[in-house]
Amino acid sequence: MRHRAAFLQRWEGLLVVLLAVTVVYNALNAPGYMTLGNWINLFQLSIEKIIVALIMTFIIINAEIDLSVASVMGLSACTAGFLYANGTPMEWAVVAALLVGVAAGLFNSFWIGVVGLPSLVVTLSGLIGYRGLAYVLLEDRSIGGFPQWFNRLGQQPLLGPFPLALIIFFVLLVFAIIILQYSGFGRYVYVIGNNREVARYSGVHVRRTKMILFVTSSTIAALAGILYAARLGAVRGDMAMGFELDIITMVLLGGVSIFGGSGSMWGVLLSVLIILNLRNGMGLANLSGHVQTGVIGVLLILSVLVPNVAGTIQAALKRYRAQRMETGSA
Amino acid sequence: MNELRRRFQPEQIRELVLIGLILALVLFFSTQIENYLHPRTFTRISTSVAVVAIVAVGQTLVILTRNIDLSVGSIVGFTAYVTGTILAANNDLHPSLVIGMAVAMGAAMGALNGVLVAYGRVPAIIVTLGTLAIYRTLLVEFSGAKSVLTSELPRWLVNLPPTNAFRIGAIDIRLLFLIALVVVIVFQFIVTYMAWGRRLYAIGSNPEAARVAGFPAQRIVFTAFLLSGALAGLAGFVFLARFGNITVVAGQGIELKSVAAAVVGGVNINGGIGSPFGAFLGALLIDVIDNSLIRWLAISEFWRDALLGLMILLAVATDTIVMNRLRKAWVRHELQTSTSGFSVEQGGARHAT
Repeated sequence: MRHRAAFLQRWEGLLVVLLAVTVVYNALNAPGYMTLGNWINLFQLSIEKIIVALIMTFIIINAEIDLSVASVMGLSACTAGFLYANGTPMEWAVVAALLVGVAAGLFNSFWIGVVGLPSLVVTLSGLIGYRGLAYVLLEDRSIGGFPQWFNRLGQQPLLGPFPLALIIFFVLLVFAIIILQYSGFGRYVYVIGNNREVARYSGVHVRRTKMILFVTSSTIAALAGILYAARLGAVRGDMAMGFELDIITMVLLGGVSIFGGSGSMWGVLLSVLIILNLRNGMGLANLSGHVQTGVIGVLLILSVLVPNVAGTIQAALKRYRAQRMETGSA
Repeated sequence: MNELRRRFQPEQIRELVLIGLILALVLFFSTQIENYLHPRTFTRISTSVAVVAIVAVGQTLVILTRNIDLSVGSIVGFTAYVTGTILAANNDLHPSLVIGMAVAMGAAMGALNGVLVAYGRVPAIIVTLGTLAIYRTLLVEFSGAKSVLTSELPRWLVNLPPTNAFRIGAIDIRLLFLIALVVVIVFQFIVTYMAWGRRLYAIGSNPEAARVAGFPAQRIVFTAFLLSGALAGLAGFVFLARFGNITVVAGQGIELKSVAAAVVGGVNINGGIGSPFGAFLGALLIDVIDNSLIRWLAISEFWRDALLGLMILLAVATDTIVMNRLRKAWVRHELQTSTSGFSVEQGGARHAT
């Protein structure tokens, strides 16, 4: 257990170094980089993904996965757009879109919690199915022309220089840190992720915890979808397509184990900062968006490979030394 | 009933159910769509299923070992594009060389996945999520924002999709479909009768036990990824032949389709259960629905994905609920019939404890 803690610290240490390097590089190469406005802009460009990454952290630490988040984002945005285009006031369209998120979450958690299917399959079918429903609603149309107040919420600062999505992110971040790292519920999330059976026999409500997480996940995804619609000012069936991969990458790069039970919100926050700054830096260095995604893919694999290889080399060295000691004493 | 139990395993019953379901769907659509039971319908579905079926076979090998390969879509796109570009520049390359090149390219990418998963001990979902992005990036960089055009490709390749292998009655078996069929049959044979194939199941049902039993688990998992990549490369060639015009987004989403086909076909996502033939049936079922919905006027074709999602869910739910019962019934039955024979051993075991 202490060994694992040491490894985690090492990984997070590595993340801090990486972050420092990218920030220094960016600061030296781009005038105006260290301004508040630029940093707000950095966050704003992928704010929806970051918001969903918060709840994804809970789910992966719980040893589950939610592949359907991006489709729920698309479905909620399309629901709002569809209702608005059919004469519903925008306020109610937004409420309905959030409810669609809750419904999707209940649907997922029914199959995962009550029937007991693996979340990978349930949310894979959600990934395809919810996206399909979004297409059913809008077919291949695009809907825009939302009310002024709605677009302004997505595009203009609300409080001081901060736009609504960023404020929501910070509020959720504080809640997420408190709940995951300092509350009983957070401990349950870790315990279940470490060993589901042990958790069950210790009287932890495994099913209930999982169901709460999946309902929350889809609800937050629906909220993120609405924020995305407000930022873009228009919705389409293929909105937010493929975001799930970016979101999961953010979480895993932050040192959260895909097998559950370990990782922390701090690590994910670090990895979010790194991804944002790295993309910004690579953009400054004139690398295309595709190359940026590729680099982050390499980083994702290295984040697990490097500690593994280091561990193997260390073990081999230890064996070698032990062998030499033996032959030396013999 | 006992006779039935002896003859069929639960997995085979499942495959029979899938075949029945496909036939029922075809019958249903034939009452809804004019001219549905035309040989052309078979031709259309069989050519479009070829790519996903080939990829799904490779995906099955990987899932059997309790892993997953999300990079296959990028591998299909990469091989289709690069093979197409090379072929466009050298129109007189021999077909077998072209196919060999596509397969080798796929195998190399699969091998990288395999090394990282089996020897680097990085979870498959992380590795293939990473290489999904990396292989696509390589493709975009390689392409320089150009596309492969049908007009640049040699005639034999352009004429490949409508080429018949043979005819059964009025039904044409296209060459591309035949390639897929051969892949399915070969790998069905391998996983059923060859030691390497049986070990896939052993590793997937209990990796720890397989390791203790002395199976070279790392090598087997590596080979599974290598083959998955090679088959994705072959599928890339079929993709190129079928579409001709290849852009840098070619093959996107095939990873999910192949997983869906495998899961609908009864391959258990936790490994150890399923077969290439089942995955093929899964791919076929999905394709029959896809192709028929486009022509069915009663509901919009946009329902396609929503239905597909629901179908995957139902397939897995029945798999978990019904199949577990069936398997238990079979095991119980076997225990009952063999109690007399094994009573001595059981007594011995009780004594030992």
